[in-house]
Amino acid sequence: MASISTGKGLRTARPISARVTLNQRIGRALQHGDIPYKGIIVLAALSVIGLMVGVGVMLWIASSVTRNSDGLGFITATEWNPVSDLFGAMPFIAGTISTSILALVIAIPLGLGVAIFLAELCPPRIRAPLGFLVELLAAIPSVVYGAWGIFVFIPTVVKPVGEFLLNTFGDKSHGIFIPLFEGPFFGASYLAAGLILAVMIVPTITAISRDVLLAVPKAQREGAYGLGSTQWETIWQVVLPYALSGILGAVILGLGRALGETMAVTMVIGNVAQLSTSILSPGYTMASVIANEWGESRTPAYSSALIEIGLMLFFMSLLLNLLARLLVWSVSRRNPDQRV
Amino acid sequence: MTEQPTQAAGMTIVPAGAEPAPRGPAAAPAPKMKTESLSVYYSAFRAVAEVTLPMQDRKITAIIGPSGCGKSTLLRSLNRMNDLVSGSHIEGKVTLDGEDLYAPGVDVVDVRRRIGMVFQRPNPFPKTIYENVAFGPRLYGRISKSEMDDIVERSLRRAALWDEVKDKLKQSGMALSGGQQQRLCIARAVAVEPEVVLMDEPCSALDPVATIKIEELMQELKKEYTIVIVTHNMQQAARVSDFTAMMMMRPDRAGEMIEFSETQTIFTKPKDKRTEDYVSGRFG
Repeated sequence: MASISTGKGLRTARPISARVTLNQRIGRALQHGDIPYKGIIVLAALSVIGLMVGVGVMLWIASSVTRNSDGLGFITATEWNPVSDLFGAMPFIAGTISTSILALVIAIPLGLGVAIFLAELCPPRIRAPLGFLVELLAAIPSVVYGAWGIFVFIPTVVKPVGEFLLNTFGDKSHGIFIPLFEGPFFGASYLAAGLILAVMIVPTITAISRDVLLAVPKAQREGAYGLGSTQWETIWQVVLPYALSGILGAVILGLGRALGETMAVTMVIGNVAQLSTSILSPGYTMASVIANEWGESRTPAYSSALIEIGLMLFFMSLLLNLLARLLVWSVSRRNPDQRV
Repeated sequence: MTEQPTQAAGMTIVPAGAEPAPRGPAAAPAPKMKTESLSVYYSAFRAVAEVTLPMQDRKITAIIGPSGCGKSTLLRSLNRMNDLVSGSHIEGKVTLDGEDLYAPGVDVVDVRRRIGMVFQRPNPFPKTIYENVAFGPRLYGRISKSEMDDIVERSLRRAALWDEVKDKLKQSGMALSGGQQQRLCIARAVAVEPEVVLMDEPCSALDPVATIKIEELMQELKKEYTIVIVTHNMQQAARVSDFTAMMMMRPDRAGEMIEFSETQTIFTKPKDKRTEDYVSGRFG
């Protein structure tokens, strides 16, 4: 058999491997863009690794002065006095961690609540506009949040809340005394920073959790309803557990934002490098000290100290993301149906 | 099942083997469930039109018909699953033991507990096998560990799954094969002791071997439960069911029931020409 109909040899039966020269192969690969495409993609992938390593190495080298002179003492020292060359990072580490935890404690129930409402309870007609508003909140620049924090949020929310906590738990002479709420309290504080961070990460947690909840298969809900579950039982015992790994992912993204947030925090936290047991006292965070003091860091040691704080923030985020991955992985491993 | 009392709870139940004189649906005892000129709407669209269908106690009633004829909609209105679809409503009546399920004041949660459901695709929860079965009973109050162990074992035995999973109750229900998952879903449904079990094409996602297993299981289950099954597969309806309802889409796209009879009659001497065409494979 030679050729089929009008194919004029095009469809002539021939062995697949024969007659294709090397040149032809290269020509085809180029023609279909396989080689250039692959090259570009690999380059893009490598650039991610390159950036990561590059940033890490740069931070490592540029922080050598304080790393060599102070060693691990840099992390544990609590005194920050650049004038007398005293660089202790503990107040900033504590500030970053405590404000982030505070933000999460408030934002997780709030953000998840809004997400559950949007995904499960909300009439379809207002779901889209409300969801859009939530996403809009995430797009507001942080400096605007900071200004709003100073002029609106602190006087109307933070002050009353802080004063209530101070009067209820912060007085040694009567009632229950919890050092966490000890005075004095002026407004700018860990509490203010934590609250503003909570407001800022709620949209992140809400938007992602909502998408995750909406992606839970209808069959799961029907299975629960079919057994006689109420809506509440269906949400809490079937939908949320199913979506757990995705929700964890949402929380971690929110935490990432809280850890690195600089502008809004520095505008409301008071910027005092001190260690305190009370969330009502002013403080400082790692990101905000770098932003605030970089311009005035005249000595090599001062610059090196700020960069070392940056290095720690870098490693903290790295470690956190690693932990988060592990957590998500361990949860999704229990549910083979889910892929993360 | 032959030694059944003829009088129970004020309702006459005639033993399956000893039905008196004229056979056929007209002479059947009071049905366990019944729809009375039931129409189901999705907003303005009427998906099911005026279906009157009796479902006998401890029998398997099959609903067959071509795609889109409203079989599933009809089935899902029996335990008010359609309530979950916004804009859906019904006209007519659905009764269980003569009680109107759509009457005001009826607790829909209670309805679904008494009328369990098995879905087209196996949908176990991402929990352990044990927790999947225990899910329903847990909803209804505190149950001791030993009591729950009993319920889980009994339910899995009823679903003919116990021997295959008894050593791996702590493994995820999602790790089972498709057929096992579907039997797990059946175990989950019977764990809450429903009176009726609805099955929405329970074998359409399964291979033939798993299908046969489910069909054998249905024969066991009907000793204790009233079963209503929607199926695309006419051979399946012929094999497993006692009664068959044939549905068809009308020109206005509403599904109507064109014939209801004992399964044997439907498949051997149907009254309606369309039923004959459908069951003989000439259409549909």
